[in-house]
Amino acid sequence: MTDHISSGAASDEAIIQLRGVEKTFAARGANAPVTALHEINLDVPRGAILGVIGRSGAGKSTLIRLVNGLELPSSGSVQVDGVEISALEERALRQERRSIGMIFQHFNLLARRTAFGNVALPLEIAGVSKAEIRKRVLPLLDLVGLSDKVDRYPAELSGGQKQRVGIARALATNPKVLLSDEATSALDPETTEQILALLRQVNADLGVTVLLITHEMSVIKGVADRVAVIDEGRIVEEGATYDVFTGPQHATTRNFVSSITGTQLPEHLAKRLSAAPGAGKEALVQLVFKGEGAAQPWLSVLTRKLDVDLGIVQAKVDHISGRPFGTLVVSLPAVEKLPALLAASRELGLETEVLGYA
Amino acid sequence: MPEVFSPQILKLLVDSFVQTLYMVGIAGVIGTLIGLPLGVFLATSQRGELFAAPAVNAVLGLIVNAARSTPFIILVVAIIPLTRLIAGTSIGTSAAIVPLTIAAAPFIARVIEGAIRGVDQGLIEAARSMGASPLQIVQKVLLPEALPAITLALTLTVVSLIGYSAMVGAVGGGGLGDLGIRFGYQRFMPDVMLAVVLVLIVLVQGVQSLGDSLARRFDKRSRH
Repeated sequence: MTDHISSGAASDEAIIQLRGVEKTFAARGANAPVTALHEINLDVPRGAILGVIGRSGAGKSTLIRLVNGLELPSSGSVQVDGVEISALEERALRQERRSIGMIFQHFNLLARRTAFGNVALPLEIAGVSKAEIRKRVLPLLDLVGLSDKVDRYPAELSGGQKQRVGIARALATNPKVLLSDEATSALDPETTEQILALLRQVNADLGVTVLLITHEMSVIKGVADRVAVIDEGRIVEEGATYDVFTGPQHATTRNFVSSITGTQLPEHLAKRLSAAPGAGKEALVQLVFKGEGAAQPWLSVLTRKLDVDLGIVQAKVDHISGRPFGTLVVSLPAVEKLPALLAASRELGLETEVLGYA
Repeated sequence: MPEVFSPQILKLLVDSFVQTLYMVGIAGVIGTLIGLPLGVFLATSQRGELFAAPAVNAVLGLIVNAARSTPFIILVVAIIPLTRLIAGTSIGTSAAIVPLTIAAAPFIARVIEGAIRGVDQGLIEAARSMGASPLQIVQKVLLPEALPAITLALTLTVVSLIGYSAMVGAVGGGGLGDLGIRFGYQRFMPDVMLAVVLVLIVLVQGVQSLGDSLARRFDKRSRH
């Protein structure tokens, strides 16, 4: 697991601002109109990496396409760097899109252009001269680590390399914002990690604001400073990634978070678990540590202070945005000391839950 | 062959071959000039597409279908007044180019439409996200990406046109097919018929091989 060190470049000022955005797709044939997005309010701070997570069909694809005007809102306002996207006429919108790069799940590279040709495409579209294109493309391919694949066609590249070309292409016109549409969903975990590292690098070195959508919590954990959870076309929760992971408020968020942080007792243990104490049974207590309390050596503090022995039944420790967070299930043979353990744990800032006796 | 055919027959064979190339070549080129833009438009003008004009799309589609469902031999005679208007005469090899072109254009439009529709929609979206205009998308994405498919489509068209060209003998169009009918069939010269068929087989084979090899060269999707 790589720690995510926040770039710290994010400011409070929002570079992308959605206000009261609704998107309804008109009725087609026998199908009723579909409202994909309801009352969306979202701020992406300048320099931040914000991840929008949702299941398929939650509306995240529509949401990200509003930002570069590939979709227009039915009502509400979409602003990028102070420019109202939906108010632009076609020509001005095309101009504006050059300052908003986009990468895609299936890379969307032109099969008949080499890596060089693909990165050159947005520059050709912008009317940049051939000499200028050469000067711009080679450093970009270098930046994404493909200086030895300049003349390769997409079919000769791996998935990760294709996405690197996609990223270089998206950066060709020096955009302020990079939109990532499930950019790692078609990649294996290791390649995903590398691409996320590249996105962090681009964010930190070039100061490009990143808005990404994904259905994988691990992507959010790996790269995002902030996360917005979207469910049935509404943003149900939004905040700093660490806060959302450690204290999810909405059921959908809890679902996503549990895929990363959740612990479940092994079946043989869960079966033996009873709600009441009994002879020879140990108490099983779940301790969740996060925030300030997570950094201290609390386990040894507890055992020394209460003079108890604790067994570790299950543990999951993770780092989010560079801060530790975890869940520990401990067994306590000295059941009579349970109230004291709970009290002392709470004092240390841990969340406690008695799972039962086994 | 010289010992089989008299010099006259041999000359007829060569002349007919040249006539076929001439008719198919000119009709193919003009047909492409009309059919290519038409095909691109058909592929991009349905609702929500780059040049969305569903009504125009529907009307053009109807015309293309009508032209394509008319049997070629009927087309040849049906448009004789038009042929006379364009070529100055309704008989002869040059005149035969008119119906051939009119048959070729809608055919090409449909095969080009298919080739363009084969381009991944994601590429159009990517180009739009870069700020490309619809025309730039056609120029820089759709046509280049569809080139292998377009090459195969045009190859198919040329092969079909060679077949069609055999029927223009009905209006004195000449060409290999006409030679085969007039000499091989009507004058009971099976050896001429056989020669005509052999030349056509070799011609079609050559066109197809050339088209295949060009398409393969254009296609960068597979490792090679």
